[in-house]
Amino acid sequence: MTALRWRTAALADPTSARRALAVVLVIGAAIAFVLFRGQATLTHDDDFPLFRSLNGVRDVVDDNRYVLDPIRSSVASLVDVFNFAIASLGWPGIIGIAGALGLVFGGGWLAILAVTGFASLGILGLWEASMATLGLMLAAVMIAVAIGVPLGILAGRSRRASAVIAPVLDVMQIMPTFAYLTPMTLLFFIGAAPSTVATLIYAIPPAIRITALGIRGVPEATVEAATSLGATSRQVLLKVQLPLARRAIGLGINQTIMMALSMVVITAMIGAPGLGRNILSAVQKVDVGAAFDAGLAIVILAIILDRLTFAAGEWLDPRSHFTRAQTLRQRLVGWSGPAAILAAGLLAPFAVDATRFPTDITFSFRSAINQSVDWFTDSFSGITKGIKDVLTANILNPIETVLTESPWWLVVVVAMILAWYLSGRRASIIAGLCLSAIVLLGLWGHSMSTLANVLVATALTLAIGIAIGILTARSDRLRMVLRPILDAAQTMPAFVYLIPALALFDATRFTAIVAAVIYAVPPVIRLVEIGLRAVPLTIVEAATASGATERQLLWKVRLPLSQRALLLAANQGIVLVLAMVVVGALVGAGALGYDVITGLAQGKDFGKGLAAGVAIVLLGVMLDRITQGAGGRRRSTVARAG
Amino acid sequence: MTVAVEPHASESSAQPGMSDQPTIAVRNLWKVFGPAEARIARQSGPGPNAESVEQTVTKLGGTIAVQDVSFDVRPGEVFVVMGLSGSGKSTLVRCLTRLIEPTLGEIDLDGENIRKASQVRLRELRRQRFSMVFQNFGLLPHRRVLDNIAFGLELRGESKATRLARAQEMLGLVGLEGLADRYPEQLSGGQQQRVGLARALAGDPEVMLLDEPFSALDPLIRRDMQNEVIRLHDDLKKTMVFITHDLAEALKLGDHVMIMRAGKVVQIGRPEELVARPADAYVEDFVRDIPKSHVLTLRWVMRPATPDDPVDGPIFPSTAVIRNALHAAAGTEKPIRVIDDNRLVGVVDRASILETIAGADPG
Ligand SMILES: Nc1ncnc2c1ncn2[C@@H]1O[C@H](COP(=O)(O)OP(=O)(O)OP(=O)(O)O)[C@@H](O)[C@H]1O
Ligand SMILES: [Mg+2]
Repeated sequence: MTALRWRTAALADPTSARRALAVVLVIGAAIAFVLFRGQATLTHDDDFPLFRSLNGVRDVVDDNRYVLDPIRSSVASLVDVFNFAIASLGWPGIIGIAGALGLVFGGGWLAILAVTGFASLGILGLWEASMATLGLMLAAVMIAVAIGVPLGILAGRSRRASAVIAPVLDVMQIMPTFAYLTPMTLLFFIGAAPSTVATLIYAIPPAIRITALGIRGVPEATVEAATSLGATSRQVLLKVQLPLARRAIGLGINQTIMMALSMVVITAMIGAPGLGRNILSAVQKVDVGAAFDAGLAIVILAIILDRLTFAAGEWLDPRSHFTRAQTLRQRLVGWSGPAAILAAGLLAPFAVDATRFPTDITFSFRSAINQSVDWFTDSFSGITKGIKDVLTANILNPIETVLTESPWWLVVVVAMILAWYLSGRRASIIAGLCLSAIVLLGLWGHSMSTLANVLVATALTLAIGIAIGILTARSDRLRMVLRPILDAAQTMPAFVYLIPALALFDATRFTAIVAAVIYAVPPVIRLVEIGLRAVPLTIVEAATASGATERQLLWKVRLPLSQRALLLAANQGIVLVLAMVVVGALVGAGALGYDVITGLAQGKDFGKGLAAGVAIVLLGVMLDRITQGAGGRRRSTVARAG
Repeated sequence: MTVAVEPHASESSAQPGMSDQPTIAVRNLWKVFGPAEARIARQSGPGPNAESVEQTVTKLGGTIAVQDVSFDVRPGEVFVVMGLSGSGKSTLVRCLTRLIEPTLGEIDLDGENIRKASQVRLRELRRQRFSMVFQNFGLLPHRRVLDNIAFGLELRGESKATRLARAQEMLGLVGLEGLADRYPEQLSGGQQQRVGLARALAGDPEVMLLDEPFSALDPLIRRDMQNEVIRLHDDLKKTMVFITHDLAEALKLGDHVMIMRAGKVVQIGRPEELVARPADAYVEDFVRDIPKSHVLTLRWVMRPATPDDPVDGPIFPSTAVIRNALHAAAGTEKPIRVIDDNRLVGVVDRASILETIAGADPG
């Protein structure tokens, strides 16, 4: 009787039915864990047969060098061309060009930013390294734009092309940087060529996607009007769609440059010269100060390039010229400033040595930072060590134990049910397939360790991100303060985030988690804030009028109404965290990231590294699908993916 | 409910002596949006009946925007398409030059079957002979007003000097001198619409298709622009298909008016025919508030002359609207003599004039 009534009640109210289901699921999983603990755990074996046969893939590739070598050498020569151009301009030339472009696109302040920014790269003693990074990045961006913009135009104009391209981009967007490295060494060995190719693949999605968005955003009415006047398809493209999508294309290139910069630093792991190499060696030596200098140089480069390309996009938008000076005389005056700066830069080699940045003024934060890190560690190591130990012992280790000591099939089943519960049948099937594939790859144990790190880091990220997001949504002042910080954070390459984590917690498993949290929190804050602010004012007013307290307003109105934004934040957070946890292998996280690194370094572990790269992608796809939510949304406004 | 009037059945006598070849001839035109379209377009044979199309649409999903529409536009006339929002006017006019691909039916432009025309031929027609003014302007935001007007000429490959000179001329024609260097965003809605009109005129097309060109204008400018269209029509002898949802505008401008409702033709006729003989309650409802004396010509109220009628009454042509005869009628007891081609065709009594005015214009 009671049971019956309970059932009818549950049926009538779907949320309580779902809740009951969740409880049953948790209890069931717990019982299964206790019963089957330690069985079918798939212990790790470095000599798993598959790894050996993957080593054999290399021989197959070696037999086909006649295809790959021309690509390799042409990419390498493109990089050489850029390096040669940068070297022949010399430091005054580069600074002159940057200043002139700044003045043209954005005016005096941008010019000052560009000039002082580039100069400070030299003052930090990192001119050569910065220019190596710049050259590689420019080569990669050039290829990415040359391929990506036409593809984007195609996708923007043809539904069919878009249907083919969009799913590929979706997968690319969740691929962590590390996953690209091993295949590149397989195809192109190490050095500038594989680094450029990895960078361009990583950076191409926004060029395609934003270009397509721009083309599609051209008002139907203008295209139709042109057609009604007898425009050919080509005329519509050249005279209507491209001019109106110019700003979007500029934004796409801007995003591509930012992603390329982020990747080009990481390709130091496959032999790319430049700032990445400085960070890599500093991180390996736990020389936080040296890493800081190089990290700062990357950030400076990122900010200059971001602002310059963003301003260029605005400048290119024909609509921004409404109020511009029109007369020839005004135009001549307008161009004279940039011309003067450029001329000064280009003529400087006659007066000074342009090949080497002067060492008269140098400045480094290295020792200062190292001293403060030492001081900090001495004084607060108790606290940081405490935090680290408590979280490691009470959260990280238990989760890792549960995941690694459960029978693999139990994990698969639970993940599938969870995926079904959160995102539906398709997600459930994909999760099942991904995990099964990981079993077959022979990387179950390492994948579960990485997964444990990801779960902990995601939980921390969401807790911190949602809390700060709620606060910023409520206070305009906090928002004003945080906004430039978040902006800056979003333009910083992933590698840079290792540095503060390393300074705080030394090289341990926990450090990678901290780096991942720092890396993933800013976009989460932003998404949460946007979601909360989007809650219609009328609803809030209605609730207030019915006597809701601030607290009730948050829990009963704002949070439930911004559920979609929260889901999106969780999804973004988890994808970013995965990417960073893997990079965190450099500062002590083991497991899959470490497998990739050893695979890069040692020939005999190559197969394992390749398999680990695949496992990372599988984990990423699974986590992305599980958290995609029932809303059926598609990622269209990705802030950033590492 | 709806009475589809056989095209021109009622007026073949009203327009004797005009050229036989219509500029635009539309026969049994259908446009269906959505999944059902492909299936319906495949139907061959003597044209589908409404029921079978409706069944397919209900089954597969979609909207019937234009339903079995037929009409002729004669050379040099202003043909007005009138109907409420969503009745399919814009869709219909876009089908004429295949900006929207029709689902079924025939369209002949000057006797040429447009449904079979190649893309190249279509482009040629759009460049040289037909031009369109859009409800939503469709101006290019990144070009100055002058370049917008010259756009069609640019597409044809005219030299820069020629096209800018022509554009400048058009700018004067629509009364926008001095705004050549502005961008569309910097113009009011009415000014933007005039740019659209100038752009359409720049190519010197034989036929202009105007989709609610004046809906964005305030009443005063609207009246100016209507007179402008009448002038263009009289001076330049353009054939026009003019779309509106304003009955007064339709009656003022149209040589013929086609009333549409939910994709179907309800009635086609001269303005006074619509007012005097609405095809059904729907049209009647529409024309109820129209002062009949402003639209109806004397032809509609005259009676045959009898030998008893005085022969020295005021004389009016049969095409004069009743209102214009009011003054003369008020000054005399004698019936007005209606003349067509110097021939007496009837007389109008003062009483019938007063009745028309009183009947339709209470108060
Ligand atoms: N591209 C389209 N896809 C689907 N349905 C459409 C499309 N264009 C128009 N329709 C539908 O066809 C019908 C006719 O639309 P149309 O734009 O021709 O109306 P209209 O008479 O021009 O109205 P208005 O006076 O508001 O401009 C409407 O029901 C509309 O919803
Ligand atoms: Mg319309």
